[in-house]
Amino acid sequence: MPGITREEVAHLARLSRLELKAEELDHFAEQLNDIVDAVARVSEIAAEDVPPTSHPLPLTNVMRPDVVRPSLTPAEALAGAPAAEEQRFRVPQILGED
Amino acid sequence: MSVIDLVPYDEALAAYDPVMGLEVHVELGTATKMFCGCSTELGAEPNSQVCPTCLGLPGSLPVVNAVGVESAVKIGLALNCEIAEWCRFARKNYFYPDMPKNFQTSQYDEPIAFNGYLDVTLEDGEVFRVQIERAHMEEDTGKSSHIGGATGRIHGASHSLLDYNRAGIPLIEIVTKPIEGAGERAPEVAKAYVAELREVIRALGVSEARMDKGQMRCDVNLSLRPHGREEFGTRSETKNVNSLRSVERAARFEIQRHAAVLNEGGSIVQETRHFHEEDGSTTAGRIKDNAEDYRYFPEPDLVPVAPSREWVAELRAALPEMPRVRRERLQGEWGISDLEMQSVLNAGAIEPILETIAAGAPADQARKWWMGELARHANETGAELGALPITPAQVARVSELVAAGSLNDKLARQVIEAVLAGEGGPDEVVAKRGLAVVSDDSALGAAVDEAIAANPDVAAKIRDGKVAAAGALVGAVMKATRGQADAARVKELILERLA
Repeated sequence: MPGITREEVAHLARLSRLELKAEELDHFAEQLNDIVDAVARVSEIAAEDVPPTSHPLPLTNVMRPDVVRPSLTPAEALAGAPAAEEQRFRVPQILGED
Repeated sequence: MSVIDLVPYDEALAAYDPVMGLEVHVELGTATKMFCGCSTELGAEPNSQVCPTCLGLPGSLPVVNAVGVESAVKIGLALNCEIAEWCRFARKNYFYPDMPKNFQTSQYDEPIAFNGYLDVTLEDGEVFRVQIERAHMEEDTGKSSHIGGATGRIHGASHSLLDYNRAGIPLIEIVTKPIEGAGERAPEVAKAYVAELREVIRALGVSEARMDKGQMRCDVNLSLRPHGREEFGTRSETKNVNSLRSVERAARFEIQRHAAVLNEGGSIVQETRHFHEEDGSTTAGRIKDNAEDYRYFPEPDLVPVAPSREWVAELRAALPEMPRVRRERLQGEWGISDLEMQSVLNAGAIEPILETIAAGAPADQARKWWMGELARHANETGAELGALPITPAQVARVSELVAAGSLNDKLARQVIEAVLAGEGGPDEVVAKRGLAVVSDDSALGAAVDEAIAANPDVAAKIRDGKVAAAGALVGAVMKATRGQADAARVKELILERLA
């Protein structure tokens, strides 16, 4: 199993909007490799005939009827927001000046 | 923003072959969201239809809306798709505040419906088959308002405000396979496809599919390749094109723009583009390089959806008549040409005509009124036919009065105009205005005699055997009786007197 490269960490950091220093890239690459190695031990047991699992319960078609249930009030919804304005969640600038 | 000289459309088509892909998002008309019980009602105050699940708060768990799945299967069946026996939702991860969860719950490599097609009829009656790649379930995003920039644009904004009422409303995304071979008709095919899809969605009753309300939105992907080449060119993705006319214009504009770039030896950048209603142009948006990585993985909080074959068969059996089949049936029943049928469709006259027939009018009369007098009136006032201030039952009543001989065509038109002007129903107008065909010989006789006396030269011609000249005298009598005379009887009376 190929390890996590420094470039992949840089790519992930970019997607996550994280600014990482050069030494952090190496550091996290190493840590992530340890994690991947630990998890990879599962594949020693999982043979070709064992399909990948996405859910631990063997259920399908768990659905609810299309019936409206009470929502939060706007005040409750916004209670945990770091900032609100005009009854909306206020978020920082999304795009910088081009 | 660079301005480019577009290549004239015909020139672009002479050199290149367009290939399109259309992605249509349909907001389902369910009462609740896809994964929680929040209402989907439009127009509620901001953040009043949200809960821990659609806000992505820790510890909340989604549960699938059964009607959402049922609607997806119905759409799949109507588009002649195979329905998956087992499929999962997937997380599409991206960092953008319109999705508070930081991912959209969607489907990735296991769509609920796949491999279908939709036949669309072009304006001249030619049928074009659009192949469907897939239809999958997902959820809508919240609505952002950008503050502090020019005219609400994200560029230059100081911050943004989010209303998550829309976040989580069920969406079905319908993706075509590459549409090849449409040539110069590509923009027309795009428009006809979206129009037909809208009809199908409405016939199924799963959404109103109002493009002006954002209930149906189209992305137009387009590329050009030199004639004879198999390989596709680089595509652009014009996002959120929100009217039928715009779909056609966007495709047309992109054909001309791509050709201009390629003719100058340039290459097309794979990017999203924004469509502008005002002038039909598109401008560059986000560049889609390889950095785009949604890290899809199966949604661990939802169990798979496995539509049983019995259930799918039941839904298939209960599908309504598809719009194209219905149109063909009606055209056959009415015995009209492709061209006539097309103008009925273009006028939006199908429903009014059907309702008028249901109210008792013969089909040809219903069609005559809606496609004649009423279509003209709708045109002049810029109203939709269905929105005119006259009901199908009233049109049927006018037609009945004509059939009974109490109104002639001219009087009937007067009645229709009066009803449209708000003077009341047909019977009321007839009574108030004293409109009725006069066919009583004693009443007509005097008018006929006067007309003969006033036009001696015409009378002389008729006496000499020129029967066609009688038209002028009939006209004079009609004028004198304000259109109320029975024209056929008038002509008989004239010919009797001048025989």
